[in-house]
Amino acid sequence: MRAPLIALLAGALFGAGLAVSGMADPAKVRGFLDIFGAWDPTLVFVMGGAIIPMAIAWRLVPKLDRPLLAPKFAIPTKRDLDPRLITGSVLFGIGWGVGGLCPGPALADLAVEPVPAALFVAAMLLGMWLHRFLPSP
Amino acid sequence: MVAGLIGGLMIGLASAIMLLGLGRIAGVSGLAARASSLSADGPPRLIALAFIIGLPVGAALIAAILGPIETNFSPSIATLVIGGLLVGFGTRLGSGCTSGHGVCGMSRMSPRSLVATPVFIGSGMVTVALLNIIGIV
Repeated sequence: MRAPLIALLAGALFGAGLAVSGMADPAKVRGFLDIFGAWDPTLVFVMGGAIIPMAIAWRLVPKLDRPLLAPKFAIPTKRDLDPRLITGSVLFGIGWGVGGLCPGPALADLAVEPVPAALFVAAMLLGMWLHRFLPSP
Repeated sequence: MVAGLIGGLMIGLASAIMLLGLGRIAGVSGLAARASSLSADGPPRLIALAFIIGLPVGAALIAAILGPIETNFSPSIATLVIGGLLVGFGTRLGSGCTSGHGVCGMSRMSPRSLVATPVFIGSGMVTVALLNIIGIV
């Protein structure tokens, strides 16, 4: 039972980080995307700040035989730049711009402004479900 | 800026805990799909669910400690639904979002994430610019 507890703590730290950074606010995220308007660079600092611990973590992975609480590392191996990666990222970006929300802040906001956040999350899960009807590549 | 950097470091630390502790990528879209049984890929479902539940828990803790978190959602139901649908579908098709590609993949210099991240940021910027021109907020 230790692994789910660690995942819960990691999720809580992640959600807390979103709240502290200001990224829980859709208007602030749209401010970052609004380069021709009153551009808000905060997201650059958030992403930059998040990349620092992760860059260190990636350097530690080869030195470990296995993760501390799991039998093995499960790390994506795909390297090809297929049309799905590009199309999916374009569509995600459009949705991100429209709502000012990506999945993390939308889920964290369930505790902050439950009604609009739940509406967005429900639509997001519907979108994920619709993706299942796409034939496999 | 400082709040963004601190929040970012917390997000990065949370992602590092997922990687070094559980051997998993802290990609919120993938974990949300796994937690809701919309995907068979990823960690055991309980791990994904625990992380996803942690997100609003962390935001609620910050609200309790530091005071209310500012959120400005679009008042339009259509905006939230269309945004959510595109984010859900797009992140599944493109195998990741801001956390999986933007933080975990970029810090690893994954070629797919190094392409996906500027694509969804660019797509989001174009979307916000177009919405501003049309006059839809």
